[in-house]
Amino acid sequence: MTFLTQLLNGLQLGSIYALVALGYTMVYGIILLLNFAHGDIIMVGAYISWIVMAKLGMNPAIAVILSVAGCTLLGVLIDKVAYAPLRNAPRLSILITAIGVSYFLENGAQLVFGADAKVVPPYIGVSNIKVAGMSLSLNAILTIVVTAISTAVLTFLVQKTKLGKAMRAVSEDMGAARLMGINVNTTISFTFALGSALAGIGAVLYSMAYSQATPTMGIMLGTKAFVAAVLGGIGSIPGAVIGGLLVGFAEVFVSALGLSVWKDAVVFLLLIIVLIVKPTGILGRTMSEKV
Amino acid sequence: MALLSVKDLHVSYGAIKAVQGISFEINQGEIVTLIGANGAGKSTTLNTIAGIIKPDDGSIEFKGESLVGVKAHKIVEKGLALCPEGRRVFAQMTVAENLEMGGYTRSDAENSETLEIVYERFPRLKERMNQTAGTLSGGEQQMLAMGRALMSKPELLMLDEPSMGLAPILVEEIFDIIRALNEQGTTILLVEQNASMALSIADRGYVLEVGHISKTGTGADLLHDDDVRKAYLGG
Repeated sequence: MTFLTQLLNGLQLGSIYALVALGYTMVYGIILLLNFAHGDIIMVGAYISWIVMAKLGMNPAIAVILSVAGCTLLGVLIDKVAYAPLRNAPRLSILITAIGVSYFLENGAQLVFGADAKVVPPYIGVSNIKVAGMSLSLNAILTIVVTAISTAVLTFLVQKTKLGKAMRAVSEDMGAARLMGINVNTTISFTFALGSALAGIGAVLYSMAYSQATPTMGIMLGTKAFVAAVLGGIGSIPGAVIGGLLVGFAEVFVSALGLSVWKDAVVFLLLIIVLIVKPTGILGRTMSEKV
Repeated sequence: MALLSVKDLHVSYGAIKAVQGISFEINQGEIVTLIGANGAGKSTTLNTIAGIIKPDDGSIEFKGESLVGVKAHKIVEKGLALCPEGRRVFAQMTVAENLEMGGYTRSDAENSETLEIVYERFPRLKERMNQTAGTLSGGEQQMLAMGRALMSKPELLMLDEPSMGLAPILVEEIFDIIRALNEQGTTILLVEQNASMALSIADRGYVLEVGHISKTGTGADLLHDDDVRKAYLGG
């Protein structure tokens, strides 16, 4: 029983990490940027939900739609304003810019909403459902199902659609992709849109689980998801999912053993071990440096 | 009117002036070759025409329309394709996906028609359509790169070092294909280090030396020119 509950908790938390990790991995895959602002996009998504439900008293469904749409737009906007002008600059410049964007969002949120936590109202009324005599968290089940569907849709988009194939072409060889008639900037924007939409879904699922929004909530969530992406092999979509689930399970089981103060340390220890044993991550390919 | 006309083109990488005022023309239906040593500016010229590099000065006109400042992905739509040096196939994508990318600017209906023509020209690509491009041999990758460029149905196909790194028998095969493509109506701009092969199939040639055109003539004339023989054909 307890084991099953913990398993479900691990899957729930891992699913959220996986969704966020997918955004990291996709952006890295296409422009080799570690988008440190990615976690903060989730924070903005949580605040959007808070505004829509707590301030405006609107339907949770509208909160979900606006959170996902808001995150998507924000992701594309960040790329256009902050990263696109640096497309041909050294990689360090754009990395530092990403850190700058992250601080900008965190401090901007603090300025607008204050430093205290805002309570995000529940999206759904029922919290538990009974399955075969066991009481299971509906949030957890929803989170897992939504993540599974999102991952399946994303995989389909990337593998089968024209734009998805263009994404893969750009990530392999931007110059050759241009010669094919692929508009590289549009393709990169599309990648940011997809990654940020997943972050928006992650924001909804995260605030469903923890019911609060703070200006700094994206830092640890983003860092953990980044660890998940690196664990799984950055650039790899199935890797991000595996990495996310691993990090989620590690945290939940360490907490279940009564060592919850150690849960963050264990996640980072896991990262160190994987990097020593397999530096490219679980599903990572050895990538040759692009020239 | 020439299909492509390049006038007084200047291109530099930072302080290095790679191309210093070259002019040349290609007429409809011709095979024209640019030959010259490493660093003469051949690839730079092709990349500039394709819109990958911006020129400092000069004009590039394709079918009477200026290409200077037009983005690379728009140039493909105008009927000009570059098959780049080193093939640059998408190694992790399948052969079929690579070809699909080549026809990116065209409709699916047009592509399925062109795909048949490309597979007919390169039967080996059809056999390997579901293999990832990285698993192909060098010769097959060159065929894929050319097939991919053909998917956009270019009026002018620019080939950058198509014979590089290939066994002599494959070089023959690639040049046969270039000739056949030309006979079917594709105009060709060929850049080659293998000058004797290039001149033997070219209608006209230009010799590039450190960013300048030093000589021009028909393929046959250049093939028999003493200076060209000494410099590029091993005496």
